Amino acid sequence: MSSARLEVIERYCKGCSICVEFCPKNVLEMDVFLVKVARPEDCIKCMQCELLCPDFAIKVHDA
Amino acid sequence: MAYDYDKSIRPGKLPHIWCPGCGHGIVMKGLIRAMDTCGLDRKNTAIVSGIGCASRLPGYLDACTLHTAHGRAAAFATGVKMAKPEMTVICCGGDGDGTAIGGNHFIHACRRNIDMTYVIMNNFIYGMTGGQFSPCTPTGAKASTTPYGNPDPVFDISKLAIGAGATFVARTTAAHPREIDKLITMGIKHKGMAIIEVLDDCPTTYGRRNKFRSVVDMMKHLKANAVPAVAASKMTAEQLAGKFLTGVLFQEERPEYTAQYAEVIKKAQGA
Repeated sequence: MSSARLEVIERYCKGCSICVEFCPKNVLEMDVFLVKVARPEDCIKCMQCELLCPDFAIKVHDA
Repeated sequence: MAYDYDKSIRPGKLPHIWCPGCGHGIVMKGLIRAMDTCGLDRKNTAIVSGIGCASRLPGYLDACTLHTAHGRAAAFATGVKMAKPEMTVICCGGDGDGTAIGGNHFIHACRRNIDMTYVIMNNFIYGMTGGQFSPCTPTGAKASTTPYGNPDPVFDISKLAIGAGATFVARTTAAHPREIDKLITMGIKHKGMAIIEVLDDCPTTYGRRNKFRSVVDMMKHLKANAVPAVAASKMTAEQLAGKFLTGVLFQEERPEYTAQYAEVIKKAQGA
């Protein structure tokens, strides 16, 4: 499977941590108040983070 | 790969005003995807809302939008549809706006079976005005005006809509994003009144008073207690206690109001 590139728009992110909790592969981490992409190589592109982000702040791109 | 929401949002409007973790943003994304799936022309789509957190939604969308008086979304939307029956009309609002203050407009729009889609975001509380209890606040839950627990029984919005005569009624939750756009798409395509109830989370005014420690707790609660209507038929009443049914709950075909009214116009003009 081709790898993914995750884009976090920091200006939009409010740090609700929904994406961190619902990621099945534990790709994301909280960095104090914002989301940080910690392990992008584990991403399986299930799109849960993008679908569940209420703030339009995370996007999953094909690498 | 990433979905392009930006083309449907008015430039410069993001970030939105909703609190961190508020499910309204998830519903807005679902609505955008549904509108794209239906191929709606934004010049021919009216999105109408009343007052409240959920009613801020049309302000962000690039379409013909109308932000109206509290609870009167269905009334204004009926007006738009009557004047321009060729338009696609979508209503947005919260539970307080739709079923308390606008309760009458809501049931009568259902009764007429006018062709519109009402996306009603049920977050169990009046969020914007400071967390007062709404008709959808669960019995026993705490709100700013019920500090000892809410004594009132709850409105079941979907059952209310079915009883009032809506011809497409569906329910989902903010924790089921794919189902949101699937049901809204079905609602838009349905000829007649479509009610899509989306159970939502309000961490700021509901969650923190009701022992949900975080947004994630609320989302997990919604996810864990949703039972597809198809599966529920095989479950006992005990198993269903405290759960809510999701999916399409009711669907029927009945004459649509603007078509009926066109007949009246024809008769009146002596054709």
